[in-house]
Amino acid sequence: MTQYIVLSAILFTIGCVGVLTRRNAIVVFMCVELMLNACNLALVTFAKQHGNLDGQVAAFFVMVVAAAEVVIGLAIIMTIFRTRRSASVDDASLLKY
Amino acid sequence: MAFWILAPIMVVAALGILFVRKAVHAALLLAVVMIGLAVLYAVLEAPFLFAVQIIVYTGAILMLFLFVLMLVGVDASDSVVETIRGQRALATVLGLLLGLVLVTGFSQLALGTAVGMEEANRGGNIEQLANVLFSRYVFAFEATSALLITAAIGAMVLAHRERLTPKAGQAALAAQRMRDYSESGKHLGPLPSPGVYARHNAVDTPALLPDGTASEASVSRVLAARGTVRSAPAYADDIDEVRRQLGAGRADQPVDGTADATDPARMPEQSGKAGAPATTEEDVKTTPGRSSSPPLRSSAEQRPGDPA
Repeated sequence: MTQYIVLSAILFTIGCVGVLTRRNAIVVFMCVELMLNACNLALVTFAKQHGNLDGQVAAFFVMVVAAAEVVIGLAIIMTIFRTRRSASVDDASLLKY
Repeated sequence: MAFWILAPIMVVAALGILFVRKAVHAALLLAVVMIGLAVLYAVLEAPFLFAVQIIVYTGAILMLFLFVLMLVGVDASDSVVETIRGQRALATVLGLLLGLVLVTGFSQLALGTAVGMEEANRGGNIEQLANVLFSRYVFAFEATSALLITAAIGAMVLAHRERLTPKAGQAALAAQRMRDYSESGKHLGPLPSPGVYARHNAVDTPALLPDGTASEASVSRVLAARGTVRSAPAYADDIDEVRRQLGAGRADQPVDGTADATDPARMPEQSGKAGAPATTEEDVKTTPGRSSSPPLRSSAEQRPGDPA
């Protein structure tokens, strides 16, 4: 079962690096989804390791929360794009001044 | 077995998300990763999550991503300018460190033999999941419903846009049309419909004006820009061909001679014949080198000079 956890760690790391390096807000969002999916894989793996369903229920809740998060996040990206004509995370920087 | 086939594919696809330039390619690579994860869930004896992963993630969430990509513009590629100096290199190094720590840590993990899901899944995975979900996690489940409602309302509020100008009603549109007519002489009525011929009555066939030229207002501008509009002289040729075939058909009949002279239904055809070849010659004359190019444009060019 260890290999599943290692794969989950690799995917989580890739998502992490993607969030830090990519500048397109939508791709950053995809990397967040990748990290959530990696966590789900770990949860399902541990569910099988321990032989109970709590891990699968947790993964189910993570999916629900991810769906809600994607809806709101993409709506925010659309709103920002409408006012700034850009989907880059660097352009939405006016709040810091 | 499935793991060792899928894991390299998933890692390569996930790495691809970091390096591809276009967001659409990143979305497709993410779909690869998600479908691979779904298969891994099936291997890990979670059939319900396998279905939910495919339906919710690759079905709903990725489609939402692609919708937004289409709205934002597929060519919205990444900027390569760094706003924080050295951020990209630093992020890569730190990410590699994190990956190294996690992978070495987890690979030294001794999990022991897996218990397996045979006991937990007895009576069906979905039934057992429902048992757990609606007993121990029922409060979290209810909270989830509130979360989903909030997300739906939030998306509606965020995507809503106030109308800045009042919506033009039918009366306003009619008044505008009259104003256009009085100022610029724009035609009041609807645009002419496409031509209807013996063999063609599609939207790409322009109607013929009384002088035999094609009316460019009768076909969609999109079709004209694509150059897929059929040419008017082709219809004139067509008329000749139809007439020839009709004549050949008539010749087979024994009562041909008497019907030809007395049939009043043939009179409009004859008048059409008088007009059609003239159009052909005129079009050929004005476009000597490019008879294959759409003659619709050539006839449109000659129309401003035309007194008709």
